[in-house]
Amino acid sequence: MARMISYCMRIIEIPMLYLQKRLGISRLAWVFLLPNLLLFGLFAFLPVVLNFVYAMTGSDQILLQDRTFVGMGNYQTLTSCEDFLDPNSCRDDLFWRAVYNTIWFVLLQVGFMVGFALLTALMLNSKIRARGFFRSVFFFPVLLSPVVVALIWKWILQREGLANAALEGMGFDTINWLLDRHWAFFWSVFISVWAHMGFYTLILLAGLQAIPRDVYEAASMDAASPFRTFRRITLPLLMPTMIVVLVLSLIKSVQTFDEVYAFTGGGPGSATTLLIQYVYETGFAGTPRLFGLASAASILLAIVLVILTFLQLWASRRNVNG
Amino acid sequence: MKFRKNVVAQLVLLASLGTAASFTQAQELRFMCSTDGDECEVLDDLITRFEQENEGVDITVDIVPYKSIQENLPVQLAAGSGPDIAKVTDLGGLSQYYLDISPYIDADYWEQSFGDILNWYRKSPEDKGIYGMHSQLTITGGYINRTLFDQAEVEPPAADASWEEWAEAVAAVAEATETPYLMAMDRSGHRIAGPAISDGAKLFADDGTPALVDEGFTRFVTKFVEWNNNGTMLRDVWAGTGGDTYQDASQEFISGSLVYYYSGSWQVGKFDNEIGDAFDWQVVGTPCGEVACSGMPGGAGIVGFSTTEHPEIVGKLLDYLAQEDNYAELTARTRNIPAHAAVAAKGVDYEGASAPAAAALNAWGQQVEKISPVAYAYQGYKHNRAMFGITMSRVSQAIVGELSIEEAMERATADLEQTMSEVDAK
Repeated sequence: MARMISYCMRIIEIPMLYLQKRLGISRLAWVFLLPNLLLFGLFAFLPVVLNFVYAMTGSDQILLQDRTFVGMGNYQTLTSCEDFLDPNSCRDDLFWRAVYNTIWFVLLQVGFMVGFALLTALMLNSKIRARGFFRSVFFFPVLLSPVVVALIWKWILQREGLANAALEGMGFDTINWLLDRHWAFFWSVFISVWAHMGFYTLILLAGLQAIPRDVYEAASMDAASPFRTFRRITLPLLMPTMIVVLVLSLIKSVQTFDEVYAFTGGGPGSATTLLIQYVYETGFAGTPRLFGLASAASILLAIVLVILTFLQLWASRRNVNG
Repeated sequence: MKFRKNVVAQLVLLASLGTAASFTQAQELRFMCSTDGDECEVLDDLITRFEQENEGVDITVDIVPYKSIQENLPVQLAAGSGPDIAKVTDLGGLSQYYLDISPYIDADYWEQSFGDILNWYRKSPEDKGIYGMHSQLTITGGYINRTLFDQAEVEPPAADASWEEWAEAVAAVAEATETPYLMAMDRSGHRIAGPAISDGAKLFADDGTPALVDEGFTRFVTKFVEWNNNGTMLRDVWAGTGGDTYQDASQEFISGSLVYYYSGSWQVGKFDNEIGDAFDWQVVGTPCGEVACSGMPGGAGIVGFSTTEHPEIVGKLLDYLAQEDNYAELTARTRNIPAHAAVAAKGVDYEGASAPAAAALNAWGQQVEKISPVAYAYQGYKHNRAMFGITMSRVSQAIVGELSIEEAMERATADLEQTMSEVDAK
């Protein structure tokens, strides 16, 4: 066996020695990087470039040679508004409805999720009974597929679902949770918080456990109240982790699509249509497929995500550097 | 000498095997099929027989979800790949990729058998090619829960009754029988088109360009929005989802909690299987509007694609399926309405179908003559899917109150203009 491996290595050695001789040892590194670079170029860099190109073309044809150059036309279609606060005054009102829905969704979802995740992490960090069990309970929804999450909640909230059965059982009037714009939006945020909170709870829990115990002991000796301990010790020492959680959840929240799409389909009307759904429906699900408009919208979305990613990098570096 | 003979013999054998193998490989075709019943299985049976009659032909039937036909197939075709044959529903939208099979078939037979339906597959009115075999003719219209009508002692309105008369009768039935839902219509631009056409929607301008919104269309949409908001129509169907997502109300009808359901002929098999003898149901066609009592025709067809390496076999297969006996068998076994004139004229023996299913299929057959020419033109228009999507999206917004009806109609007009500018930008 060893002889066989040695023999194989010799076979590889021959071209490697030749390449080293031809290219020099420093350039040889590129040869090793080449497969990865090719894959990255083909499946990541090229699609990004193509996205920019498609965003400047019109027509429902997929092949570039069949498409017409329209310059910034798609961006103009998306951004032409008489009043940016009123989607009805915009040329593409559905895009702006999706933008506003996404902004509200992100603000509410991230706010509630980080808040609840912190509360849960604090609770799970304290000495409670069956702590391990509760840690699993809160993390369990993270393991579920977004579509499963959406379907479970749809069964609960539909007209003849569990929630209405419970209301009826208690003698209350039933509510059409998914037919009312405001309720549908509320539940979309709620489900998203429920599904993802466990992940951020876990990160915050790790952050809490990294805080040295002696700091708390010193506070206890100084008779600091629990609230004062939280405000003066826990929160400041947890802040770097909090910033990472905040930025990560912001990025994830802007990208939300699958669970809300499976849950409400973007409705009622366009009440829960988020930006990714707009891109998907414009470019792929709708007829005709407006690839140019979808590409332009996805580039605008990408700009937001790039800003958030830089924010996350900055926060992580700040965290590492203390 | 003997050795040389052996070598030559072996070479000849190898060469012949190689030729045979390459010949076999040259006849391999792929058929992309989706089904909401057993169409693909029945087609597979017929194709197996075709293969037996045509040695060396090997057709693989790939059964895929309907979503793949809708979303993946157009992208594959645009990229120059895709199957040799497919069962499609976007008949006009994919017409640019179809294979013209007229060189391989008896065109006169096809013209006599399928008539104007062949236009649904053509690229333009000038196009005289033959591209697809309409395997599944469907018609939209209403079903009632007849048992509820009988229990309520309400006589179903006559065949020429209006939507308003139906709404009144259904409300009486629902009240008498304490049925929770009165009427429902599938969330589909295709479904709402029949009643809108019946109310006077023309859908095309005089010069033939698409014009979704007019007086007739707005009239029906106004009624429809009002019915969704006053409880006449089950609001969950149109308001319960967004964008241009399809939604039906078949489960509500099957469970007996819906009195009147506007859908289409393709539901017969499902109702027959799932309702069984739980209650009696009946096909009642499309209520009348101001100008007609028309449903929308539609359905699915089998087409070949111009990228195929075996156009002749594709043509032969479609011709085989279109032969009267085979078509009659396909129609009977899949419980569909025939689009083939001779098969329709002779009547289909839906062997094994229950009495309600057979009665329903015959009732749908009788609805064919009521279909308005506008409905045929709309079904045959190659960008009708875009118009269906716009209708669904904007009417839903009007139902949930995001837009007024006037705003929804303005938006629908603008959406259509934007769409047409995109499809014309080639």
